[in-house]
Amino acid sequence: MIETEGWHRTAQVEFPIVFVAWLLLMPLTPVDNLEAESAEREYVWTLNFGPQHPATHTTLRLVLTLDGERVLNAVPYVGYLHSGFEKLGEHLDFNQYVTIVDRMNYLSPLANEIAWHHAVEKLLNIELTPRCKYLRTILAELMRMHDHLLNLGTTALDLGGFTAFLYFFQQREHIYDIVEMASGQRFHTSYTRVGGVLFDVNTDWVNRVRKFIKEFPKVYDDVDRLLTKNRIFVDRTKGIGYLSPEDAINLGACGPVARASGIQRDLRRDEPYLAYEDLDFDVVCSRGGDCYSRYLVRMRELLESLKIIEQAIENIPSGPVNIAVDSDMVLPAKPSVYRSIEGLIQHFEVIMPNKGYEVPREQVYAATESPNGELGFFIVGNAETRAYRARTRPPSFIHFSMFPHLIKNHQLSDVVAVLGSINIIAAELDR
Amino acid sequence: MDIQGIHSILLERFGESVVGSQTFKAIDPWIQVSAASIVEVCTFLRDDSRFLFNHLNDLCGVDYLEPDAKKAAKFGHEPHVEVVYHLSSLKQRHQLKLKVVVPRWKHNVEGQLPVVPSLSAVFGIANWHEREAYDLMGIHFEGHPNLRRILCPEDWIGHPMRKDYAFPLEYHGVRGR
Repeated sequence: MIETEGWHRTAQVEFPIVFVAWLLLMPLTPVDNLEAESAEREYVWTLNFGPQHPATHTTLRLVLTLDGERVLNAVPYVGYLHSGFEKLGEHLDFNQYVTIVDRMNYLSPLANEIAWHHAVEKLLNIELTPRCKYLRTILAELMRMHDHLLNLGTTALDLGGFTAFLYFFQQREHIYDIVEMASGQRFHTSYTRVGGVLFDVNTDWVNRVRKFIKEFPKVYDDVDRLLTKNRIFVDRTKGIGYLSPEDAINLGACGPVARASGIQRDLRRDEPYLAYEDLDFDVVCSRGGDCYSRYLVRMRELLESLKIIEQAIENIPSGPVNIAVDSDMVLPAKPSVYRSIEGLIQHFEVIMPNKGYEVPREQVYAATESPNGELGFFIVGNAETRAYRARTRPPSFIHFSMFPHLIKNHQLSDVVAVLGSINIIAAELDR
Repeated sequence: MDIQGIHSILLERFGESVVGSQTFKAIDPWIQVSAASIVEVCTFLRDDSRFLFNHLNDLCGVDYLEPDAKKAAKFGHEPHVEVVYHLSSLKQRHQLKLKVVVPRWKHNVEGQLPVVPSLSAVFGIANWHEREAYDLMGIHFEGHPNLRRILCPEDWIGHPMRKDYAFPLEYHGVRGR
């Protein structure tokens, strides 16, 4: 029903000729017949969308079967960015592989790192220090905002709104600054380590985060006023790419996509990890299931993330950021490596290829709620210093597989709206 | 419901030829299911009101092999391929890990892929996961509607995540090493 509404609206506003044809055909033939009939028509044509196209942002390829402007079918082809990350995970140790994990979902690198080490720490049975838990929570939420800001910005950009994109990108710069202050890197940080993080943060960093928390709502309100009730934006997204709750469960939707379809699923609440148990936040859901609902869920999640960061930054416990130094799994702090022989030996013991610690013969699956959805790592240990198998469960992969279902019977111009709303990151998709 | 409860119900329903016995001492305890009946078991787990495992979190293959004969003694596993299923229930909020163990090659003839029934009719999400497992791990999912390579090109030879995979020297004129 929603599909026909979308069809009607676009036809009336943008394509008068198609609308006339629709008027003529629709009352006579039910939709199913029309589809079968049009598939046989000569003027059904195929459009190759991607692998390089400005609206795909990365290398995605879709083969669209079109009847005029209407998409009859879409077949996604993936693998253009396949670089064998999972194979690399079998050859690099648990701290080295962080640099690769970083490059999966490059909109929120730290969230991937946290997810990876979450799984590794489950395998090694490591309990983090309270300070590290809070620090990682703050960073994970900053990354959620980072990801959502870009996603919302580019969705607006693809649909013709440039201002919101710039407003949000400026806020991303502030998050880059915060991440740089903590880790020394703006983008691919490689900040987390087994049992902790690379450096501790200082008071300046805390103040910088506080400043961000104070300034962000103003920009949020600006963009909210620009987009949420913008007639063009709403027309382009409402009723487009509808995903029913049943389909969302069956096709395995997770994260904001599932929550926009009314699935109350959030790993932060359902299987609390890090410090989420102590913090107060709402799981944002919507019943719409369309692109507009996914936009609304992401917008609202920005505020929830801000709320989490605000609570965490004011309650961050003091104490060490890494687990006990005498543990043979943890890299010692840099000053002790440079200034003491014990630290240096410990560093070598962890780093050298023929040294290191053996992991148990276990298989663990651990997932975190990454900005895009459930990002899980399945690690098989086999009494070696490396993972025997390091499998990633990427949310983009799952969301892209449901794309043909979402776009069917919509217009060609809706392809970018749907692609934007499910936030496909090709590096994570293909790994 | 904890894994021991699920295991005893499954054992009662399907018998010992289908459901293997486990120690449940692992970090993530699992239940081993025979390959032929995985579809039946998953359908039961999905639809029975005690479980309602309606969400397939992950499906992947693991290849157990130590190609180096010197290290084989320390390796600790017989060569085999596992398909690991992670199920969870959005309603009951519990998880389950299922495993199907198959030989590395069907009838131990190298090049013939082991066969596991496809779950894509039970969980829509399994479709692409199974394609990926076929592509990278070389497991044939019987009954899959569209079992083609997904991450590698269609004319790629071999299954890269297998432990005895040899990297190609060249691919369409591009040097491999």
